[in-house]
Amino acid sequence: MFESLQEKLSRAFKTLSGKGRITESNIKEAVKQIKLSLLEADVNYKVVKEFIKSVQEKALGEEVLKSFTPDQQFIKIVRDELIKVLGEKKVGLNLSGSPAKIMLVGLQGSGKTTTSAKLALMLKKEGKHPLLVAADVYRPAAVDQLIQLGKQIEVPVYTGDRKDPLKIVQEALDEAVKNVHDVIIFDTAGRLHVDEKMMEEVRRIAEIVKPDEILMVIDAMTGQDAVNSAKKFNDELELTGFVVTKIDGDARGGVILSVRHVTGKPVKFVGISEKMDGLEYFYPDRIAGRILGMGDVLSLIDKL
Amino acid sequence: MGFLSKIKEGLKKTRDSVFSKVKNILSLEKLDAETLEELEELLILSDMGVETVEEVIERLKEKVKEVKDPNTALKKVLIDILKEEEEEKKEAPKPYVLLIVGVNGTGKTTTIGKLSRIFKEQGKRVVLAAADTFRAAAVEQLKVWSERVGADFISQGQGADAAAVAYDAVMHAKSKGKDIVIIDTAGRLHTRHNLMEELKKVHRTIGRVLPGAPHDVWLVIDATTGQNGLVQAKKFAETVNITGIVLTKLDGTAKGGIVFAIKKELKTPVKYIGVGEGVDDLKPFDPEEFVDALLATEEAMDAEV
Ligand SMILES: Nc1nc2c(ncn2[C@@H]2O[C@H](COP(=O)(O)OP(=O)(O)OP(=O)(O)O)[C@@H](O)[C@H]2O)c(=O)[nH]1
Ligand SMILES: Nc1nc2c(ncn2[C@@H]2O[C@H](COP(=O)(O)OP(=O)(O)OP(=O)(O)O)[C@@H](O)[C@H]2O)c(=O)[nH]1
Ligand SMILES: [Mg+2]
Ligand SMILES: [Mg+2]
Repeated sequence: MFESLQEKLSRAFKTLSGKGRITESNIKEAVKQIKLSLLEADVNYKVVKEFIKSVQEKALGEEVLKSFTPDQQFIKIVRDELIKVLGEKKVGLNLSGSPAKIMLVGLQGSGKTTTSAKLALMLKKEGKHPLLVAADVYRPAAVDQLIQLGKQIEVPVYTGDRKDPLKIVQEALDEAVKNVHDVIIFDTAGRLHVDEKMMEEVRRIAEIVKPDEILMVIDAMTGQDAVNSAKKFNDELELTGFVVTKIDGDARGGVILSVRHVTGKPVKFVGISEKMDGLEYFYPDRIAGRILGMGDVLSLIDKL
Repeated sequence: MGFLSKIKEGLKKTRDSVFSKVKNILSLEKLDAETLEELEELLILSDMGVETVEEVIERLKEKVKEVKDPNTALKKVLIDILKEEEEEKKEAPKPYVLLIVGVNGTGKTTTIGKLSRIFKEQGKRVVLAAADTFRAAAVEQLKVWSERVGADFISQGQGADAAAVAYDAVMHAKSKGKDIVIIDTAGRLHTRHNLMEELKKVHRTIGRVLPGAPHDVWLVIDATTGQNGLVQAKKFAETVNITGIVLTKLDGTAKGGIVFAIKKELKTPVKYIGVGEGVDDLKPFDPEEFVDALLATEEAMDAEV
């Protein structure tokens, strides 16, 4: 898929020399290939349609610059628009609360517990004194998992009675004040957005905690359905952003574009390994080429 | 809850959000360009992938020539992709060794717990091997499951050699006359060469203790997975010869359409589906029931973006 796309595009470039204006017909092939490429990257179908439409509207009638063919210029416009949707700069955490409170939520197995500990380590390195809170009482050994990770990074973990998440988070707030922690990170159980009971629970946790940050943790390999879960979590909890994990694999990560498009909330971090130092701030411009599957074409365009 | 209602419950949201619309479209009884485009959209939203969707539509166009009702034709086309040749019933080897693999967080350990329950109910004596020696508390997690279902539990703790744990477990089963060994492995991205090599080693070691083992290697895939699922399946298949797939988390709204792409390309059959986190939430995969449930008419839930 990847190779053939590159081939097709360079063919499109060759045949379409000459300047003039961008018209529907002289970018037809490029539009088709970009659409396919975004779908192949798991960008949601409806998001692809809307995105392409708005880019096309912007592009039509534009004068083609000397150094470009219409296709090339269109792809440049796509790239710029993509970066605009993704957000141009990295977005950091809001740590203004004292203590600052960060809550991690999301579907099962997305990487919440691992990310909680990674965040704690990152903040610790920045001179903070974090407390981790184990509010997942359902998954077998979820609490042990966080305890072990806490030990590894030398950050205390509050576990409470290991039974009642609402009680645990309340007690953790008191504990944090007592022991002068300036950041509290709450790991919560994985839950489906359609599980009314579990969504109610997480809402109530948020009511007690009043977090400064509610981050939804999403697997980079997620497909078309990501928009449904992200939208529901955002509607219920007013997310402040996303963490996209497992980006160290070869998934193209179209989910990043999808969730940003449907919620307007930024991706703040990406998970780049299973290890505790495997968390990075998210830089939108670095991911655009990956989602488009056109890294080479984009760098070519950059050089022109 | 009865078996059928449970699987239907699990798949209900799936068909609510997508396939009920297909039914509505197709009951118009004609396949004009507009209908096909809508069908294409709905199939892509199931994560089937553009290529597979195009093939399904091509096959559908052929099928409607013999089967007049487009809905029946679509069902046939989809079932055809997923259907398996009847397997000859062979006597199960003893011990039967099953290796479970997959990328991170798909539901391997949980599936093993649920599978043990199914095997226990068939009167089998089950051994679980904690060969995920990497992830924090992976060993403890499997231990909880072994206690829940009453299976033997073999572990050497975190940090141990995964192959050595698998070796131990198969030896244990051989000497104690156990029926089934299920080996849990660490989640690993298929792009990590050294971790894939480790998996090969686990596989090889098992074969040395018990020639012919592991008898099956199942890949666990999360139903929310997009196009990367096909890449995963290919890479794991190249590494350890995958014989089956377990599709988890079908109790959400994701459709798991990627299994069509995998089956089409690799011929790997789906064995079980996961429809929840509980011990009874694993169901044998039945292509007809799966597709049937997908296409059953329900009030369409609008999954508007
Ligand atoms: N390769 C890779 N693996 C990751 C990353 N983040 C998490 N993982 C792995 O993904 C799996 C699931 O991570 P967890 O942190 O347990 O996920 P969770 O969301 O807490 O899971 P539940 O609590 O069961 O819902 C583990 O095997 C992690 O090691 C990442 O950025 N890269
Ligand atoms: N809703 C739902 N959740 C599931 C299903 N199967 C597993 N889970 C959940 O998914 C999460 C991850 O499951 P695990 O069994 O730990 O996954 P794993 O593949 O062993 O993860 P690693 O060992 O970290 O790679 C847990 O929270 C499980 O409870 C399912 O069919 N439906
Ligand atoms: Mg967790
Ligand atoms: Mg596991």
